Amino acid sequence: MSYSKIFAAVTAGCLATAVCAETIVPTAVAYGEYGEVATSLTGAPGDQANGVMVMTNRGKGNCIACHQVTALEEFPFHGEVGPSLDGVADRWTEDDLRGIVANAKMAFPGTMMPAFYKTEGYIRPGDDYTGKAGSEPLAPILTAQEVEDVVAYLMTLNESN
Amino acid sequence: MKTYALAALIGAVSVTSALADEDADLVVNGDLEIAVRAPAPDHVNLPEVLSGWLFRSDETQALQTDDFDNPGMIFVDDARETWASVEGAAGESCQSCHNDPESMAGVRPVYPKWNEEAGEVRTLAMQVNDCRETRMQAEPWGYTSGKMANMEALLASVSRGLPVNVAIDGPVADTWAMGEEIYYTRYGQLELSCANCHEDNYGNNIRADHLSQGQTNGFPTYRLKNAKLNTVQDRFKGCVRDTRAETFSPGSAEFVALELYVASRGNGLGVEGPSVRN
Ligand code: HEC
Ligand code: HEC
Repeated sequence: MSYSKIFAAVTAGCLATAVCAETIVPTAVAYGEYGEVATSLTGAPGDQANGVMVMTNRGKGNCIACHQVTALEEFPFHGEVGPSLDGVADRWTEDDLRGIVANAKMAFPGTMMPAFYKTEGYIRPGDDYTGKAGSEPLAPILTAQEVEDVVAYLMTLNESN
Repeated sequence: MKTYALAALIGAVSVTSALADEDADLVVNGDLEIAVRAPAPDHVNLPEVLSGWLFRSDETQALQTDDFDNPGMIFVDDARETWASVEGAAGESCQSCHNDPESMAGVRPVYPKWNEEAGEVRTLAMQVNDCRETRMQAEPWGYTSGKMANMEALLASVSRGLPVNVAIDGPVADTWAMGEEIYYTRYGQLELSCANCHEDNYGNNIRADHLSQGQTNGFPTYRLKNAKLNTVQDRFKGCVRDTRAETFSPGSAEFVALELYVASRGNGLGVEGPSVRN
């Protein structure tokens, strides 16, 4: 399924339910001085299990393409491009992590890490992985709830885990 | 979903990629030494330039050390036949103007290069098609077609071991600068440039892929992934697509410029084509 379809479905749901109505659209996310985002993007709690799916799925966040995560060892092939995410909850607050996942360039200017909750301002944006032109605003790579799910999972990555 | 299943399969195939022997030397058929490392040219921001061969698994590396094991050599034989075949209204073959393919030794290492009469930078593919159209009065081949890839493999094979040596100044300077700019531009929804992967992260794994410097001395490459010869601009297209960007077309001014620039980053590396990659 294409991201635009998924995104359309989520947006449509937003009109119907109270929880979804609070969803902060990508262009309205308020980043703090260090790139942190203090408000939940959905108001709904994150689902850790779905966070794992998003982090390991090549068509979603594919975070392990660049990051090693010991707790996700059962999913093969962890990359070496970014730092290991082991113990990341001890280094960052929930607000920091939300900002890093939504748009890491706010916390780390010029970083190679892609922005997962951003829809415009790209050079030659494509239509997903087809190589064809996409038109802005694109669907963000992750939905607001998927960002929250990933953040919820990242918050479990502390020393004792 | 189909593409992801495929990606997963590729991941599984390249499971041994992390075990690449980056200290190996490439010797083909027991006596042809090919430089897989060279001092970085002044215009390149790397400590040393390294062939993509060094980043492949031991098994993949081995396939390239003997022409009987190198699946790309079948296509060289195919192109030898084409070389000698008359085609087109002028009644000519490549052979009738150029004699044996071996007379082309030294050509592949200096392409893309400036063509004075045409007043343009030409890739090998452009030059081959110019011969077909102007001298043979034959139909041009598709830029990344099988016929073109095979002919490029033949032209590369007779230059194997010679150092890549493309010019970057004089009349090509503007094209080269355009290629450099493209190389460092962060395209697509993933906002990644060629340099992000191939300059800043070569030697690192990105998921199941072991990143090389993205050098072009090995082209055309026989890829185990799709079991055919792949042209350099097809590879560029794939890499740009993987950044979730709109790609450029093979043969476009942008990709010609990029091909010149990337080739110049490998000045000093030995021509390997047809090489073997995963
Ligand atoms: C293409 C590579 C890439 C991908 C994909 C990627 N990251 Fe990153 N990430 C990085 C890099 C590089 C850094 C280091 C920041 C810098 O540039 O200084 C980083 C930093 C981080 C940090 C801070 C780590 C620390 O200890 O300081 C977190 C948390 C993080 N990433 C989470 C994620 C999550 C979650 C995903 C997927 C939703 C993800 N990353 C996908 C490359 C990536
Ligand atoms: C997201 C990462 C990424 C980006 C961005 C990227 N590539 Fe690649 N590229 C790869 C991977 C993975 C491979 C296969 C393994 C290897 O050789 O590095 C590859 C292979 C190549 C090869 C084949 C090398 C060989 O020896 O066979 C070339 C040439 C190349 N890339 C050029 C480019 C150019 C030019 C760009 C920019 C237009 C680019 N790449 C952008 C990931 C990337």
